[in-house]
Amino acid sequence: MNGISGQDFILGCSAIGAGLAMIAGIGPGIGQGIAAGHAAAAVGRNPGAKSDITSTMLLGQAVAETTGLYGFAVAAILMFLKPFS
Amino acid sequence: MGGISLTGEPDFMIHGVYQFTLFGQELWITTTTIGLLIISLFILILAIIANRHLRKASEVPDTIQNIVELAAEMLEKMIGSVMGKNGGRFFNYIGTIFLFILFCNIGGLFGLRTPTADFGVTFTLGIFTFLIVNYQGIKNRKFRHFTSLFEPFPILFPINLIGEIANPVSLSLRLFGNMVSGVILMGLWYGMMPIFVKIGIPAFLHAYCDLFSGAIQTYVFCMLTMVYVNDKME
Repeated sequence: MNGISGQDFILGCSAIGAGLAMIAGIGPGIGQGIAAGHAAAAVGRNPGAKSDITSTMLLGQAVAETTGLYGFAVAAILMFLKPFS
Repeated sequence: MGGISLTGEPDFMIHGVYQFTLFGQELWITTTTIGLLIISLFILILAIIANRHLRKASEVPDTIQNIVELAAEMLEKMIGSVMGKNGGRFFNYIGTIFLFILFCNIGGLFGLRTPTADFGVTFTLGIFTFLIVNYQGIKNRKFRHFTSLFEPFPILFPINLIGEIANPVSLSLRLFGNMVSGVILMGLWYGMMPIFVKIGIPAFLHAYCDLFSGAIQTYVFCMLTMVYVNDKME
């Protein structure tokens, strides 16, 4: 720990925290994949309703994406605004 | 750094352009303001051209009339699919924010800093949605607008209240997060990559971050606004 100032330590910990915050990306990835898979199955079953299915899928995926974006917002604040240093 | 040229620092922040003081408060004209002004002027010019052409609309439409009719019909179909018979009353508002957000999101392609990558802009749009939702709720459901917060059990009141207040925040944060992630990605790519990958490859990134993501988020913002408003219309 010699030669590491408090500022540097806080900066390094912020970078680690930003990386940890992006673990939040796992959830929306799985959720969007499930939604897309079920939409593909639905189109296979009923090709006539493709446009309705697509719009519903996009809306659901966008809502599922929100939690990932919260994680991204935290990571971006830690990396670029540096609130603790 | 072994092949990576760090000639320019990555640059994706909002910059102040001009500072002035109003009522003792320090205010800034930022790159976001300039982008908003340019896009507003652009939409205004488009509207004037469309208006000029539709004044002498003909039975057999020419090019511009065709495009305008196509856009209007597409918007009408989108609004009608969610709001049904109430769609006509909200066509003006939804159409306006649809065009505005769409051109703001695409603005990154034309060298502007994407105006919607500023939380001030998206939160304003979210506040508009919140005000319209509550105005429609009080107008259509009178007292039931407030008593519905206590359903199904009175003990759920705090959760319902937070759920109502979180709507505009999540709505605006979704648009902001998507656009700012594109802006940061492009800024890092242009700022930190060696010169030979700055040619050609950014076109694909722009196509995803600005065009695809921007169009999807525009659609989602308008759809969710309509869904929230439609919930209060019954």
